[in-house]
Amino acid sequence: MTDATHTPDARIGLPRLTPGRVRSLAMAALGIAVLLALWWLGGWVVANDPDMFAFADFAPAPTLAALWDIVRTGEVIDMSLPSLYRVGAGLLIAAALGVPVGIAIGRIGWLRELTNVPFQFLRMISPLSWMPIAVMVYSTWDGAIVFLITVAAIWPILFSSAAGVRRIDPSWLKVARNLGASPFHMLFTVILPAIAVDILTGVRLALGVAWVVLVPAEYLGVTSGLGYSINDARDTLDYSRLAAVVVIIGVIGFALDSLLAALIKRFNWVRAAH
Amino acid sequence: MFARLATPAPVIDANNDKVQQRATARGTKRGAHLAVMGLSHAYKKSDGLVLKDIDFEVQPGEVLALLGRSGCGKSTLLHMLSGLSLPSAGEVVINGNTVRAPSPNWVMMFQAPSLYPWMSVAQNAALGLRFARRSDEIAKRIPEVLDLVDLGSFADRNAQDLSGGQQQRVALARSLAPSPEMLLLDEPFSALDAFTRRSLQRDVRAIAKQLGLTLVLVTHDVSEAVRMADRVLVLDANPGRIAEDTAIDLTDEQREGGCDRFNAEHVRLMDLYTQVAHGDAAPTEEFERN
Repeated sequence: MTDATHTPDARIGLPRLTPGRVRSLAMAALGIAVLLALWWLGGWVVANDPDMFAFADFAPAPTLAALWDIVRTGEVIDMSLPSLYRVGAGLLIAAALGVPVGIAIGRIGWLRELTNVPFQFLRMISPLSWMPIAVMVYSTWDGAIVFLITVAAIWPILFSSAAGVRRIDPSWLKVARNLGASPFHMLFTVILPAIAVDILTGVRLALGVAWVVLVPAEYLGVTSGLGYSINDARDTLDYSRLAAVVVIIGVIGFALDSLLAALIKRFNWVRAAH
Repeated sequence: MFARLATPAPVIDANNDKVQQRATARGTKRGAHLAVMGLSHAYKKSDGLVLKDIDFEVQPGEVLALLGRSGCGKSTLLHMLSGLSLPSAGEVVINGNTVRAPSPNWVMMFQAPSLYPWMSVAQNAALGLRFARRSDEIAKRIPEVLDLVDLGSFADRNAQDLSGGQQQRVALARSLAPSPEMLLLDEPFSALDAFTRRSLQRDVRAIAKQLGLTLVLVTHDVSEAVRMADRVLVLDANPGRIAEDTAIDLTDEQREGGCDRFNAEHVRLMDLYTQVAHGDAAPTEEFERN
């Protein structure tokens, strides 16, 4: 139980190339190759079909060429930054509201009973259905988009925080009380560290939803961002560019998710069973 | 872990010069004086009493055991001594002041060590000092208490990597760090194996004597009471009352067991305990409320 696998460096440092790891890397590479092959096959079918010939630019070769153009000119930064800002702001607001409310409903029984039905009801409403209202309420398009992302992102964070609080070992709280902990200490020394992983798991789920909601939200009046770029490429019939933006959305989404997965691993204090 | 268990933990000797000097150097307070007066308790007004007319006094530095069957209310009584819960009637007085809330001056140790798994051993031990806003003392005090419980070299280890006995030693260090005047032990060794339990019983008594702490421990184990306590209160159940109040007159060496004096005291206390237990209305179910 005291071997090297449990020392912090082994968890944080670069992973060693064990046979298992080589295998999982190889499988990932193979999976991507299969996806590319299917994409290429689809492109070939479309190009040889007289009815769909106009859409041949969706195939891998034109797409990757357009992608290279977007990356080379630095345009990728220009179109991603506004989107990342909107998702980041939305997630931040969602966490700032969701974590405290989640802790409160996790700790206070009557509040949980009171809010359960309304929250489940609100959660099931597609964030995009708020779109017309958001546009009326907010004076800027950016404000409306951030609102839509917040609405999408708040529920996973809130419910995950609440579930984390309910799983806290009651004896941890008793020990703290016995040692004279103030409510401030209780929150920052016991509760928040205890549920850090639950919060991050909620943020990871929220990010997935937010990233999905982002693109249709950016079909709104804004003139920047990844969703706008897709809409714009469609209007100018620039299909290779459209497909390239789709690839960029996938790559950024995957990278953000991996980042959160790494954070979860870093803050996870649960030891694997000995 | 097993290699560690196989070698007995060194007895903490009250004459150990290093520790003795350290204890005097920081001007250890004497133990607390505890008085319980006319204490009765019911969980709800409609329920019967779990504790009835409890009166006793504990002198500074004395080790007192509350011995009783499960459900006799001894754990409830201990919670009231700590201020974690309040009695329906009567009062608990420590050093002349009525107890109304927990305080770092008297610390309770529970059956489970309940260490925070996201913290190191040293961080866990330092919690009481942090909560008391005495963080400036941590650097000096924590190595001292970890040495005292024989875990000096474990400071930076994660609490989860320790054995059950070591975790309970960390919990002991955590309780000792704020320099309390009294420790309240709620069967803290009951989940440990016999060997580890023995070494902790011995060490906790030695530490309490060395620091002059008042110690109140709750147990249903007669031999634990004989090994650790200067005085034993045998509790009756339904409602919990003090049935016997008896001194255990043994030297520290005799408490190690294996001698006639120890055996005689053990038999005597066992007889008292059995008489009291047979006199009870049998508890309908075993329960301990926390």
